[in-house]
Amino acid sequence: MDYSQFLALKQEIGLLIIFLLVFLYDTFACKKSQGALPVITTVLMAVLVAWGFCPVVKADAVAFAGMYVTSPVMVAIKNILNVGVLIVLIQSIKWANSEFTSVRRGEFYELILLTLLGMYFMISSRHFLMFIIGLETASLPLCALVAFDKNRYESHEAAIKYVLTAVFSSAILLMGLSLVYGLCGTLYYEGISYAIASNFGVMTVVGLAFVMAGFGFKISLVPFHLWTADVYQGAPTSVTSYLSVISKGSAAFAFLVVLTQVFGTLYSEAWEWMLYALIILTITVGNLFAMRQVNMKRFLAFSSISQAGYIMLAVVGDTPMGVSALMFYVLVYVFSNLAAFGVIGAIENATGKVEMTDYNGLYKTNPRLSFTMMLAMFSLAGIPPFAGFFSKFFVFTSALSGSESVALYVLVLIALINTIISLYYYLLVVKAMFINDSETPIATFRSACSERLGMWICVAGIIGLGIISYFYNYLLNVVA
Amino acid sequence: MFSNILIYFVVIPLVMLLGLALCQNIKQIRAVAVVGSIALTALSIWLLVDYLALRAAGVDDPMLYVDSWEWFAPLNIHLAVGVDGISIAMLILTGIILITGSFASWEIPQPKEFFLWLVLLSTGVYGFFISIDLFTMFMFYEVALIPMYLLIGVWGSGNKNYSAMKLTLMLMGGSAFLMLGLIGIYYHSAPAGEPLTWNILEIAKNEAISVGWQKFLFPMTFVGFGVLGAMFPFHTWSPDGHASAPTAVSMLHAGVLMKLGGYGCFRVAIYLMPQAANELAWIFIILTGISVVYGAFSACVQNDLKYINAYSSVSHCGLVLFAILMLNTTAMTGAIMQMLSHGLMTALFFALIGMIYGRTHTRDIRQMGGMMQILPYLSVCYVIAGMASLGLPGLSGFVAEMTIFVGSFQHTDLFHRVFVIVACSSIVTTAVYILRVVGKLLYGPVYDKHHMTLTDAKWWERLSTATLIVCVAAIGCFPNFFADLIKFTFSPQIFTVLGLN
Repeated sequence: MDYSQFLALKQEIGLLIIFLLVFLYDTFACKKSQGALPVITTVLMAVLVAWGFCPVVKADAVAFAGMYVTSPVMVAIKNILNVGVLIVLIQSIKWANSEFTSVRRGEFYELILLTLLGMYFMISSRHFLMFIIGLETASLPLCALVAFDKNRYESHEAAIKYVLTAVFSSAILLMGLSLVYGLCGTLYYEGISYAIASNFGVMTVVGLAFVMAGFGFKISLVPFHLWTADVYQGAPTSVTSYLSVISKGSAAFAFLVVLTQVFGTLYSEAWEWMLYALIILTITVGNLFAMRQVNMKRFLAFSSISQAGYIMLAVVGDTPMGVSALMFYVLVYVFSNLAAFGVIGAIENATGKVEMTDYNGLYKTNPRLSFTMMLAMFSLAGIPPFAGFFSKFFVFTSALSGSESVALYVLVLIALINTIISLYYYLLVVKAMFINDSETPIATFRSACSERLGMWICVAGIIGLGIISYFYNYLLNVVA
Repeated sequence: MFSNILIYFVVIPLVMLLGLALCQNIKQIRAVAVVGSIALTALSIWLLVDYLALRAAGVDDPMLYVDSWEWFAPLNIHLAVGVDGISIAMLILTGIILITGSFASWEIPQPKEFFLWLVLLSTGVYGFFISIDLFTMFMFYEVALIPMYLLIGVWGSGNKNYSAMKLTLMLMGGSAFLMLGLIGIYYHSAPAGEPLTWNILEIAKNEAISVGWQKFLFPMTFVGFGVLGAMFPFHTWSPDGHASAPTAVSMLHAGVLMKLGGYGCFRVAIYLMPQAANELAWIFIILTGISVVYGAFSACVQNDLKYINAYSSVSHCGLVLFAILMLNTTAMTGAIMQMLSHGLMTALFFALIGMIYGRTHTRDIRQMGGMMQILPYLSVCYVIAGMASLGLPGLSGFVAEMTIFVGSFQHTDLFHRVFVIVACSSIVTTAVYILRVVGKLLYGPVYDKHHMTLTDAKWWERLSTATLIVCVAAIGCFPNFFADLIKFTFSPQIFTVLGLN
């Protein structure tokens, strides 16, 4: 056996080491020093982020008989996820040390790191067996995380919904894969792609449809989105923010890889139109439901559904520009959404309030929090000069790249009109904070140091990622 | 990068933003706002002098001070700047209105936040006027739109939440069409095999957009900008928005921001896609013709001063787009003059309305009267603004409208003739609604005895209005200067493509 192939697993091994360190610390450290666990995990995660940017021995490498590959693109998307996880961890330090959570905060960190490992494998796999292992490693710990607030009824309900949906969607995905396997006789991406290029039939399309449905659940595309709002609302805010950005971002990237590399030859025959329909439905339905929400977490759940539609729009172009636009969108989305969740989490930790009406008059009492929230909303809505504008613009540009098809222009126009609807509900939050008056506004409070650090990072990202062209150019260079 | 003078039109507002963020009290805030806006105006006047000197020396590029810095290299997005006579005129207009607007909001509550948003808005406006790259142009365009929401929502009056949301969503809706149009232009900006570009000058030179695509992209961009230019039937944000906005915001919005629409229609839609403009102009001539007449008639029946002026803006801005669509030099010169004229005079109107409202706490003309006895200075200013609006010779409105209608009448076919005559009728209607207000509001007996105690304009109010009146009169008395400044821009590109002129 060639042991040098383990060098390709640079990031996975790094993450595994961190996981083991956290696990050992949690198990063997004395009770007095347990309190340091959140900080230690966060610092280790920061090390992992730095480790991800270190030069690799082999940029493009294959391991385990072609089941696992790595490339600069994958390293980049893993780095994006790492940064996101780091922010989530920073934001959750206060929550992890709170009265109810502190007894089992070890599990929180271990499970989070474990799901991240699963996502790594999901992204890097070139064989569906490996992919399913990664997917399950990513999904099952999340069920436990959603149920983390064991004293809250909603948390249980959310967990049950999440377990059932996760299992159901995995089953559908496996059903699709078994059809594909039956037709192609292999589970290697390359082999399948080769087989269906020469032998294209109805069953292939059926298999593809099942696979797309399975992914649809993970990314919460409409009509597979029904679990999203309840789970987001019920889960602890730290877990919700993790679910909404990291889980979604990794699944979206894996979906892109599967669509283009496995079913790439079926682009115009089959999945182009399926994807159009999914995108239009996702963006529109997500937006329409988001308008009516009064709970901030539910609100962001529907907003994240419609954001998923925009992420998928980058897949349409199926070009290097599209891949980089998708990665850039995920990167910006990580910062914007985590800023919003950071504010929600801080307010929830301090006062326990999560309704939109509670935010009335927030600017008068907590101007900085309101300002952060406003930047997050503007970035999500795609208002310049914040990063969200650039990521949306690049997604639209990549979707139209080199195409003379009117259908694509119509698709992009629908997406653009939807940005107006989304602007409406994002402005509702801004309106609540800045314009509305309240008899009982949230009292002025000072959020924890860790929460402020998390928000500062997010605000820096929201302002800097777009204006400084380095990031997008870097991603495009990596892809091309 | 900083050797180019144009970049300072964005740098100064950014410095102002920083300065405002550091301000501690109202005096510092006023100082930053006034010094900054005077610096911007001085810079634009200096630019004008330098520009005229260069033109006199025989430099005949379509745009001067052209510069371009790479931003997103893979997409060929640059921060590209350049100006011609039209942009310079707009820059000066913005500066003047920013100064007068700062004076008009001398005693605004929460001044720090107010001026932060106002300066952010003007950053967008300045950036838009100096950009010649479609991407940066669009970016600055949206930067100029979004602060309106908070400016109206927080500092506005009346039904402000509704108006602010309506205005923001409608304008952003327009920019959705615009974005699609601009990306479409980008993908057809160069002949096959050559690198695509966002640069307006290069796109115009390439002439690579096929007529078929032009017919799709022209309406997108024209409607996109037209929404901000209050084109019928997309004008409904304008009356509500202007009526609810605080004084300085109404001034800046009606005075400058609506000009972004006309400027964009000219600079992007018509400049880059002349063939489609020629073929599809009739649709938009009908729509803008309706704007002109409908706005004027609506103004006749309103009782709220701001609504009257907002509908009058719809009518006058409709005339700008109407003239641009005539596709000849005379009418377009008139359009630009009308932009300047309307910008100044509507800012004057809104400033005066704000000052009257600040004293009487009502804008309903049925509840006021005899203001000439109580507030003689403000009333005289109002009469002057009204005269400019209805086109009294010697003031700016006459020059602009005269040029527009003379230019439009050069088209000899029935369709154009009919619509020009219909649009001309708005002059009469304008006189009706202006004189109605002047009669009810300024003359006659004093309606409310409490008004007798009101005091006339303070020094900053006098300064603000006097500046605007001087500018209005300057355009009216020296039209040739402005016409020459603008004219140079028109000669090359578009008309050779069309074989017109």
